[in-house]
Amino acid sequence: MNRNSNTYQILYSAIMVIVVGAVLAFVYMELKPKQDENRANDTRSQILSAIHVAPQEGQVGEAFNKYIVKQYLVDAQGNVTDSSANVAFNVDMKANVKLPAAQRKLPVLVSRLDDGSMKYVIPMYGAGLWGPIWGYVAVDADGNTVYGANFSHESETPGLGARIAEQPFQDEFKGKHLYAGGAFKSVAVMKKGQKTPSGGEQVDALSGATITSRGVSTMLNDCLAPYDPFFKKLQGKTAK
Amino acid sequence: MLLSKKNKEVLFNPFSKDNPVLVQILGICSTLAVTVNLEPAIVMGISVTAVLAFSNVIISLIRNTIPTTIRIIVQLVVVAALVIIVQQFLVAYDYDVSKQLSVFIGLIITNCILMGRLEAFAMSNKPWPAFLDGIGNGLGYAIILVIVAFFRELLGSGTILGYQVIPQWCYDHGYMNNGLMILPPMALIVVACLIWVHRAHNKDLQEE
Repeated sequence: MNRNSNTYQILYSAIMVIVVGAVLAFVYMELKPKQDENRANDTRSQILSAIHVAPQEGQVGEAFNKYIVKQYLVDAQGNVTDSSANVAFNVDMKANVKLPAAQRKLPVLVSRLDDGSMKYVIPMYGAGLWGPIWGYVAVDADGNTVYGANFSHESETPGLGARIAEQPFQDEFKGKHLYAGGAFKSVAVMKKGQKTPSGGEQVDALSGATITSRGVSTMLNDCLAPYDPFFKKLQGKTAK
Repeated sequence: MLLSKKNKEVLFNPFSKDNPVLVQILGICSTLAVTVNLEPAIVMGISVTAVLAFSNVIISLIRNTIPTTIRIIVQLVVVAALVIIVQQFLVAYDYDVSKQLSVFIGLIITNCILMGRLEAFAMSNKPWPAFLDGIGNGLGYAIILVIVAFFRELLGSGTILGYQVIPQWCYDHGYMNNGLMILPPMALIVVACLIWVHRAHNKDLQEE
């Protein structure tokens, strides 16, 4: 058969595409359960990092079950609506943040540390410069002080925006207060010395990563503000 | 004979005299990108070797059926499919490394060594020599990656494969990790030093 005839070339490419497609589909189906498990464990270790727990390799699942003692969703009034197993972990944050604040599911992961203190981990999701950014903020039982934070990104610039995923930046959030004078202010990420628009506390922004820093700031405000009634309830509890 | 004299040359020449990185200066992009630490460099070296060996064999097996006008596309499809399979395996079995290597595994497709070997060797040789050629060139590339990563991790972070090798008392007496080693330009300089040493040993490679 003439190898350079049009029919041969078209047939050849068609068969090649079908064979390659079938092989790739098979590999994908075979490996998917294992990959999903790895991705879930990665998310678990990000959540644990917000409460400063760094489990050994291969023990993420156990550590997660040990420290995260309860999960629930709260409504816009701060009441617990659903506390079935893994309910907060399974919330699709990407779809969730697109809804107006009043209709969102508000997941909370309650964790008890080794010293018995309770931390409330709030997942969040927002936009960086090149792609999505997401993170977890752990709030103390007083509903005001930040205990720890963890941020991740999909495709921020290495050395600039990607530094939100590094320890020094995340450590700055520890001890910041979400409230000032009884009103929710969030934590702003901006240049040192500038006044935050809300009058709340601030964290030093990353130089060279203005958009990403602003994205973190917006994400914090946008994702924490709906929890205002929930935080107020926590504050009421500890004040008594 | 599986390892005739000619086959031995095919397998071992890429280690030194015909090294893809040092002599042909191919695959420099990933040499800069994945050599900050030793572990991703080793995984990258193994991945490239595997993809190169298998794509060489596959292309060599079907070399007589490929229409010459679309041969580059056929080569690309074979390489791309193998790279996706490697990527899927890494996500399933070594998630941390797959995160570190992120886009660079995908970029194996654009590694000049691959298309170069397919076009220059696999298209005109039998499967067994093509397999050896793939292994040889892949390992030739991997060796350079590992050497560069060894120096960059040692001098940049004071560790080897994540283990601290520079003792604490050195730091106590004023030794500091060289932050410049972690940045991409130092990979170029390390590669240049390797080329320098390599040419100094191999007089026949020196240009007038």
